[in-house]
Amino acid sequence: MIELVFPSVVAVWSAMGIYTLAFIGFTLDLAKRSAWAQQQKEKNPLLAGELASAQRSDQARSQGSVADELAGQGSVAQGSVAQGSARRAAGSGGTAVLDRTSTASGAPQPLSLRLERIAFSLTVLAWLVHLTSVILRGLAQGHVPWSNMFEFSLTSSAIIVGVFIAVQVWQNLKFLGAYITGFALIVLGVGTVNFYVDIKPLPPALQSAWLVIHVFVAILGTSFFSLGAGLSLVQLLQARTAGVPARALRFLQTMPKAEVLENLAYRVIVVGFVFWTFTLIAGAIWAERAWGRYWGWDTKEVWTFIIWTIFAGYLHARATRGWRGARSAWLAIIGFAAVMFNFTVVNLFFKGLHAYSGL
Amino acid sequence: MSRPSDHIDSRSPITKDSARGSAPITQPSLGVVGYVRFFWRQLTSMRTALFLLLLLAVGAVPGSLVPQRSSDPNGVLQYFTANPRLAPILDSIQAFDVYSSAWFSAIYLLLFISLIGCVIPRSVHHFRALRAKPPQTPARLERLEAYELVNVAPANVPAGGAAIAIDAARRILRRSGYRVRVFHGAAGDLSVSAERGYTRETGNLVFHTALIGVLISVGIGGGFGYSGQKVIVAGDSFANVLLSYESFLPGRFFNETSLEPYRLSLDSFTASYERTNRAAYGMAIDYSAKVTTFLPDASGKLTSGIPGEIKVNEPLRLGGNDIYLLGNGYAPIITVRDASGKVAFHNAVPFLPQDANLTSIGVIKVPDALPKQIGMIGFFYPSKTQLMTGASTSNYPDLVNPVLSLQVYTGDLGLDGGIPRSVYSLNTDKLVKIAGRNVATPSIELSPGQTSPLPGGVGSVTFENATPKAPVNDLSKSVPRFVSLDIHRDPSQAWVLAFAILVLGGLLTSLFIPRRRVWVKASESADGALRLEYAGLARGDDPTLVKAVQEIAERHGRGLGIPTDTAAGFSDEESSATEPADANSADAKFTDANFTDAEFSAGEPTVAESSADARA
Ligand code: HEM
Repeated sequence: MIELVFPSVVAVWSAMGIYTLAFIGFTLDLAKRSAWAQQQKEKNPLLAGELASAQRSDQARSQGSVADELAGQGSVAQGSVAQGSARRAAGSGGTAVLDRTSTASGAPQPLSLRLERIAFSLTVLAWLVHLTSVILRGLAQGHVPWSNMFEFSLTSSAIIVGVFIAVQVWQNLKFLGAYITGFALIVLGVGTVNFYVDIKPLPPALQSAWLVIHVFVAILGTSFFSLGAGLSLVQLLQARTAGVPARALRFLQTMPKAEVLENLAYRVIVVGFVFWTFTLIAGAIWAERAWGRYWGWDTKEVWTFIIWTIFAGYLHARATRGWRGARSAWLAIIGFAAVMFNFTVVNLFFKGLHAYSGL
Repeated sequence: MSRPSDHIDSRSPITKDSARGSAPITQPSLGVVGYVRFFWRQLTSMRTALFLLLLLAVGAVPGSLVPQRSSDPNGVLQYFTANPRLAPILDSIQAFDVYSSAWFSAIYLLLFISLIGCVIPRSVHHFRALRAKPPQTPARLERLEAYELVNVAPANVPAGGAAIAIDAARRILRRSGYRVRVFHGAAGDLSVSAERGYTRETGNLVFHTALIGVLISVGIGGGFGYSGQKVIVAGDSFANVLLSYESFLPGRFFNETSLEPYRLSLDSFTASYERTNRAAYGMAIDYSAKVTTFLPDASGKLTSGIPGEIKVNEPLRLGGNDIYLLGNGYAPIITVRDASGKVAFHNAVPFLPQDANLTSIGVIKVPDALPKQIGMIGFFYPSKTQLMTGASTSNYPDLVNPVLSLQVYTGDLGLDGGIPRSVYSLNTDKLVKIAGRNVATPSIELSPGQTSPLPGGVGSVTFENATPKAPVNDLSKSVPRFVSLDIHRDPSQAWVLAFAILVLGGLLTSLFIPRRRVWVKASESADGALRLEYAGLARGDDPTLVKAVQEIAERHGRGLGIPTDTAAGFSDEESSATEPADANSADAKFTDANFTDAEFSAGEPTVAESSADARA
């Protein structure tokens, strides 16, 4: 079905276009958040933090026990109080717009929230187009679209964004929108521009059910690690600016506190770690079938192991005195950097059996 | 699920003491036993484990930067040639054998000793905890993280009152996997205390223990195995004895008698190549080796053969052996006659492929040729074509225009010195080139079936056509194929897999099973109303705790037939977090005192001390 290749490529470029718009939307949203945080502080310096939590109160309501986690710069800590403050705010005219539920009653939204919503919708749209492209590519060649670097970029970015979208059901992490869409854009852009290869049949070495399982799970693990790294990044920024509200990056004041981010990152990374462990085991099983040994310290195997060890270190760090907070966040970021290194540098420049870059 | 603060590695006793301002910092001298104990404590502490884990990650990096003897011996040789100064220095720190080096081994052995030292005491603890009963119901449940209150009006109170209600709660909790215990309160109330999630710690211990299992199976089991390489030309066969291997790598405890006595013949090998997709023209899409295996019967005779097939991702499992198809190529059949016209050489010679279109290089050694030994270096092109530069190459991996090009040497092949020589290389030091580049006679080019005299009357060479009866223009089978097989035996494999599955299972259990306590308390008031309280406490922050407690309350209410409208208290307001109970109500808190598994290593301060800290 070679005729599907062209629509697939068109879809990739369209998705990139829409992701760009979404990225701009999310970035503007961050800018507006900064402006908004500033404005609130000028209006009422004492209330700023509280209002930040009020803005998130719709989450607070739906999250019950995590309400306290979502408060902004540490003033209000409980769901019920957050709601209360939102209601109070609603009464005082100017800040009524802060409560999302007020959209239903026709009140104008703050630009920030509207931007975020638009950007998120664009992300979903881009993702659908992106997914179409992945599926068309798969149909065109008759096997899974992750057998060379271009396809790996194409599919992994789709799954990363897909996980980002899906995770919103569990937690509102839309504030990572700029990070995720930006990241997906880079992966997709570099993949399409630099790694593009025409569709080809699968070489005998890749003709295995393990290609489907092992690589797919690796991508899933990568997606969760990327979210974890994003959360840890914001966590570090948050921890750094905590107590210095007048500093730059004021949009941070509209985001969860460092501690909350740390917990969220942990939960996301734990899922990634399970996937990664599975990837490692499945990879060994496949290596045994294809190369006659389950482990041979091939460069790709080495790096997969290194990544696994770093994240095992991360999990330990969370249970070790003095290693919580910033240090474990750095480990999460280093771990994800190693994932990226494994995918790019190791694939392109290191010699090994995993020669599937297709270039 | 994130980890609670009570799970953080405990502070060193010194910090604790000085924080309290009591004991002086000066310590009595330790003595040998003291030092041993001190180091053991250090080694089995969480911080050391973390440090060693990270060190292991860092230590693994160099092995990916420089070629390793184990996986890429040729790469190491090339590295030595390219970096004559640096290579010996790197070699002296075992940089070409990182994963078997002393320092890398030291890291992981220390880590695993630490792991063992950590898992054993925890297992003992956990075993005790498994048999402990759920703790007493705290007096003030409303202070807990998750709390539900239901006041049942006298009219709706089920017959049997508190006793029935508690019995129902006990059954619900039991069915949901809680361990339960009923308490009679001082105030005449009845309560059930329930705890679940021991499996979490069990999973963690299984995980860590299985890691040790993986290491031990790899370390010991691997020693009993072996791996060997064998090149077979289609039509030939091979007997599984040490002598027939091209190369053989025995494990430490290998014994030659453990070679399975079997014979394997390669009946045919087929490779298919892409023809329709222009972007992938000539790409291999399938390799298949058809083989017949002959196994000994009861009397030890090799019985009639069993047909089988080996493909790239489908090894042949034969007894304890696994046979893998790792490579393939062409093996032109070559006949060399010497000056007297006598056949001095007749064989199928495996040529090693150099590129995807199977341009291949091979060496022919004719020690029996008279008066002088003959050596040849040959290029084989399955589909020969000329590059713009005039050089020859192959543009398709199958036999469309097969051509053999030979450079010929005479002289002493150097085979008699007893030095083993690779069949794939020819030492030309003591040889005279008589055909090829830079000599009078150019390389000899042959198509299947052709013969050419050798210069200087030293003889002739024939490139045999394997299918002489095929139509003249059909050369598609004229050159036989060979395959290179890897034959392995690794008795530890199944063990490693089993432990790996335990690792994964343990991980899933330890990361995703929440550990929590739930209490249901029923108290009857004088007017006959029933007050039902439901409370929950999790170890660590547990996003589903509130929901779980609500669900228990709802099920309980439904089971008792209490109308829901009387059951106030399902709203968020009441279940929402209240500031956690103060540190003194330690009975209700998930502290170390209750969760013994939090003590990782024997050396850390005891539980009572750390909760004392919290209060201070
Ligand atoms: C081969 C080395 C090790 C690896 C790969 C490893 C890996 C892990 C992983 C992935 C976890 C999180 C999953 C879970 O909770 O079950 C974990 C938890 C844990 N490990 Fe290890 N570990 C190693 C060595 C050790 C050592 C030496 C100790 C003892 C000092 C230790 C103590 C613990 C403890 C106490 C936890 C639970 C921490 C928590 O509750 O968050 N581990 N380990």
